[in-house]
Amino acid sequence: MDAALFYFFAAVAVVAAVVVVSQRNPIYSAFALVVTLCSLAAIFGLLGSPFIAAVQVIVYAGAIMVLFLFVLMLLNVRREVDRPGGRDRILAGVGLALVTLLVLQAGTVLLGSRRAPAADFDASTTEMAKILFSPVFLYAFEATAILILAALVGAVVLAKKEL
Amino acid sequence: MTLSPLAQEALVATLTILLVVGTLLGLFSVMTWVERRTLAFMQFRLGPNRAGPFGILQPIADGIKLFFKEEVMPAAADKWAFLAAPVVAVTTALLATAVIPYGPPFTLGRWSVLPEWLRGRTLQIQIADLEVGLLWIFAIAALGVYGVVLAGWAANNKYSLLGGLRSSAQMFSYELALTLSWIGLIMAAGSFRIDDIVAAQAGWFVRWNAIAQFPAFLVYFVAATAEVARIPFDLPEGETEIVAGFHTEYSSMRFALVQMAEYINMITVSVLAANLFLGGWHSGIPWVPETLGGFPLGFVWWGAKVAFVLFVFIWLRGTLPRFRYDQLMHFGWKVLIPVAGVWVMGYSVWIVLGSR
Repeated sequence: MDAALFYFFAAVAVVAAVVVVSQRNPIYSAFALVVTLCSLAAIFGLLGSPFIAAVQVIVYAGAIMVLFLFVLMLLNVRREVDRPGGRDRILAGVGLALVTLLVLQAGTVLLGSRRAPAADFDASTTEMAKILFSPVFLYAFEATAILILAALVGAVVLAKKEL
Repeated sequence: MTLSPLAQEALVATLTILLVVGTLLGLFSVMTWVERRTLAFMQFRLGPNRAGPFGILQPIADGIKLFFKEEVMPAAADKWAFLAAPVVAVTTALLATAVIPYGPPFTLGRWSVLPEWLRGRTLQIQIADLEVGLLWIFAIAALGVYGVVLAGWAANNKYSLLGGLRSSAQMFSYELALTLSWIGLIMAAGSFRIDDIVAAQAGWFVRWNAIAQFPAFLVYFVAATAEVARIPFDLPEGETEIVAGFHTEYSSMRFALVQMAEYINMITVSVLAANLFLGGWHSGIPWVPETLGGFPLGFVWWGAKVAFVLFVFIWLRGTLPRFRYDQLMHFGWKVLIPVAGVWVMGYSVWIVLGSR
């Protein structure tokens, strides 16, 4: 059952990702990206981490993509026209995808014996919070928070001429 | 007839889904009538009272009318996006209702009409009991914005586009305040599960979050009103300014779908208000019995609370004028979010000091 669901969502994610790059209408591309991100969230859920799944949808599919759409709609971007060199770009993209696949496969084979045991890993929200706020990750976590805050303040300063 | 345990689970789950979705869609049509009648009485009118007793059949008449109206699609509209937008709106509205418990858990009697395996079984009307219940609702609400954005953009109409932008900006500004108002409850119950948050409010009614966490309740109620675009925050469709906002170009059944999504969202936030803040299915007085002749009284308390919140939404519509757009943004960002944030910080300090 889990395997069937995994292959279903994986297929949806891949097809939608192809639509993202092949579609000429930027709004359609953006929506295809939302579908990809939601399918990834479903896969996280299948892996036993509903928290990551929910956060994936909230942050990426929700907040970030809505901002993308805002920009696209306000600038009134219409269909892209064919540009010279389109064929080369497609070839470059396919080549890059193949290289990535190869590297990932090689990594899996080489590190296969050291793969994390998936079965006895508890990914529940409480356990995750304990790990995240333990001394191992606490400083990295807080540093990320400060980084995001700094980026936020920077964006406001850049966007607003007069404060 | 004997069924395997998996088949039993599947059957119960299917029936629960049919019951929840069916009730919501039924409640949507009844609510349109209740809202019009209640508003009419507040304004010394009669409201729709011709179709059937007290006009109760008005929703059916409306449905038939909408069904036979002409479907108009603007010539310059983006066809696929225009068709998809109402579907996205209704789907997200229904998905959000999946994790909500509707009433208390109850035990079926050993009635002979039931199959053997169902007798004496404890059930609850809830489609999915997720560990991250509240986060699920937040995630689906974040996706719900797309229905509005898509509808506004696809029609290729200036009013629709402006309405869609206004609407989505409003929705995700107030989503922040909405979620911040939940954090105190999550800390108090120590869980994202809605059942746990309801359980944490058992006992005397002073333990209800509406009283124990009054500032959070205020923020929730205001933000929820804005989130479902009800008066006084109905700017996305402020007809005196931008015709009808994002759904200006929708007609016939597609218009009905947009309306359906809005009403289902309103029912969702009302049920959530009852569950999260008004004690859910607890009576608020410890010595009131939980069952009466085998019937769980929790359904009565819970139903009354939901009905009351729904009535308050209609009451507000009959009472308050609409905000101006800049006032709306000012209020959301500079009043509501700071209040919710200060409450979360204050409550955290309280919990830490209390655990010392």
